Amino acid sequence: MAENAITTKELIKKENLVYQKTRLLTDDVMHYCPGCGHGTVHRLIAEIIEEMDIQSEIIGVAPVGCSVLMYNYMNVDMQEAAHGRAPAVATGIKRLLPEKYVFTYQGDGDLAAIGTAETIHACNRGENITMIFINNGIYGMTGGQMAPTTLVGMKSSTTPYGREVSQMGNPLNMTDLVVNLPGTYFVSRQSVHTPGNVRKTKKALKKAFEYQALNKGVCFVEVVSNCPSGWKMTPLESNKWLAENMLPFYPLGDLKVPEE
Amino acid sequence: MTEEIIIAGFGGQGVLSMGKILCYSGVMEGQEVSWMPAYGPEMRGGTANVTVILSDNKISSPILDTFDTAIILNQQSMDKFESAVKPGGLLVYDGNGITRHPERKDINIYRIDAAEEATKMGSTKTFNMIVLGGYLKVKKLYKLESVIKGLKKSLPERYHHMIPVNEKAIHRGLEIIKEVATVN
Amino acid sequence: MEEFVLMKGNEAIAEAAIRAGTDGYFGYPITPQSEVIEYLAAAKPHERTGMVMLQAESEVAAINMLYGGAGAGKKVMTSSSSPGISLMQEGISYIAGSELPCLIVNVVRGGPGLGTIQPSQSDYFQSTKGGGHGDYNLIVLAPSSVQEMADFVGLGYDLAFKYRNPVMIQTDGALGQMMEKVKFKPQQPRSKKSPDWATTGKTSDRERIIITSLDLDPSRQERFNEKLQVKYRTIVEKEVRYEKIQCDDAEYLFVAYGTSSRICQKSIQMAREEGIKVGLFRPITLWPFPYNEIREMTGQVKGMLSVEMSAGQMVEDVRLAVEAKVKVDHYGRMGGIIPSSEEIVEALKQKIIGG
Repeated sequence: MAENAITTKELIKKENLVYQKTRLLTDDVMHYCPGCGHGTVHRLIAEIIEEMDIQSEIIGVAPVGCSVLMYNYMNVDMQEAAHGRAPAVATGIKRLLPEKYVFTYQGDGDLAAIGTAETIHACNRGENITMIFINNGIYGMTGGQMAPTTLVGMKSSTTPYGREVSQMGNPLNMTDLVVNLPGTYFVSRQSVHTPGNVRKTKKALKKAFEYQALNKGVCFVEVVSNCPSGWKMTPLESNKWLAENMLPFYPLGDLKVPEE
Repeated sequence: MTEEIIIAGFGGQGVLSMGKILCYSGVMEGQEVSWMPAYGPEMRGGTANVTVILSDNKISSPILDTFDTAIILNQQSMDKFESAVKPGGLLVYDGNGITRHPERKDINIYRIDAAEEATKMGSTKTFNMIVLGGYLKVKKLYKLESVIKGLKKSLPERYHHMIPVNEKAIHRGLEIIKEVATVN
Repeated sequence: MEEFVLMKGNEAIAEAAIRAGTDGYFGYPITPQSEVIEYLAAAKPHERTGMVMLQAESEVAAINMLYGGAGAGKKVMTSSSSPGISLMQEGISYIAGSELPCLIVNVVRGGPGLGTIQPSQSDYFQSTKGGGHGDYNLIVLAPSSVQEMADFVGLGYDLAFKYRNPVMIQTDGALGQMMEKVKFKPQQPRSKKSPDWATTGKTSDRERIIITSLDLDPSRQERFNEKLQVKYRTIVEKEVRYEKIQCDDAEYLFVAYGTSSRICQKSIQMAREEGIKVGLFRPITLWPFPYNEIREMTGQVKGMLSVEMSAGQMVEDVRLAVEAKVKVDHYGRMGGIIPSSEEIVEALKQKIIGG
């Protein structure tokens, strides 16, 4: 140990505190793989709920997929939906508790494959909910199978030689679809692969929650994310791969913003 | 008293609403009633029929194979339901469009040319009320005021201005129904 | 007499739903039950009680809207007919597995597949033996009149909330489409209180609430299943409902529910005119099934005929109840055909008395 190294005792002194975990996250150890974007997005949502002081006003809906156990980490009331049904569950909650904030958190299999109908119809009806869509182009939880958003040529356990359009069809760009529906109010696509992008994502998510109070329709945020395990890469490699391959097909930015 | 009736004809002839008015008339006099329509594609045009049961007692089966009375308003229904009238029962039919008239010798048969009469009265929509009037002439089930109350109950408020016309049609039915054959 | 109205069974369910203080109805049109959602749409329940009515994009979405609403502690219901109920099975399993109360109406039509829109009772197995995946039970109520269609809405909610369990009203196209006199209970206000298990937003005075049926730890999942089974045993013990008609001197018994039980009552009249002493045992709860009460009848009657509009589904439960003490057989019609009273008397003679 170097002579002037900081000891643990000194490190936990209050004046050395530079970052604190939001109390809206529980102390449970997250099950996510190292480098996975889910943990980052969870933290952002928790921070926003704390900043907006709406813990007692919010109900979340967890999906089936890697984030199925999201309710273990978020210190808010949550319901676990069947695979793909989160927008319907959220519709039921919000229609009956219209004064509360309701959000869904869904992966690409959940939101863009098995739950496509629920996604499109909730967005088209203009439910006053916030929908958060984690797109990592693969089915992480079940072991790396093809997702609706898997890129052409991208390998997965069900496209081991790369996705071929003739066989498996094209990747589905849900955010480009929902932006065209009259029931969406705010639509944005972000990523969390660099600190700068994390900050932008937080801004977009915060808007997506704040706008919900206006009762103007669905606020929809896609987060283009990685899956080091499913992609069979190190976290760093996966972030690089994301920037080089995912972002050209799923470009970042706000797709629909309310007229101020 | 229990009266088991089938009313059958084309969709649009007011078959179902005639049944409903009969039921409401029964309700007005404290009876038990049931109204069981044949439903399905028939609802949208083709043939329509409804089984109506009016009784002083609790009604068991709302679905029947034989009837005390058949009110028959087209040829298909004649073919289907003439044989379903209980011996000694009643068949009332409108002669309009009938190519094969009832042939049974063991039932009472009455004819009412209500379609023709409704045209004469200038309101084809009162057709079913003319038939109802004729039927109630033969089977004196209810006081006329109960029937009018029943009519009122079964019509949405926006059609209540039609009640006098319908009442007139019921009276007309009482007058024009003709006995064809009786077994009593 | 003024308080009686004439109404179709489907409409009576809808009116009763408003009056029972339903918070939300979510459904999808299907024959022969569309009158439920149409009545609700016309009756402006939002103006009457603030009740929410939404036509969902599918039965799949509808049942999951129920899940969300039920998880928020609200009184929620849906209605559908057989193929639509099949689509809902996943959601029903989740609702049962998350111990949420809700009311599901199945106006049964003939199957399998797209089948027919005519009345049937061929969903008995689906309703009483599962339907969805996993070890769960629905409380299944079988009305046999328009009045009961209305009354069982309130009863269904009471049972659903008492046991935090989905309740199904299983009826059929005939009862849904027919009109009878019905008297409604007065309007009940919608509940302003939320149950303490509902997700309404985590306040500082309580732990967060999680509605889920997931537990990846098998031993905890088994414990949860054991807890469910204890609940089901309590329901079996306390909630069996049935009606006996002309059973006092009966030597033979029809066992029938819903529309079939109505037709059997006419068969009883006809058989008794011929000197055959037959009565009717009508299960009102199809689950919990009145096994003990039917078994008790074996001391009195010589045989039982289970009459169903199916290939013979409830008859299996009748046989289980009877334990081979007396002869049990089944008579039924399928595919949307309703058996006639005459046919049933004939079947009794051939299969039970003569057999």
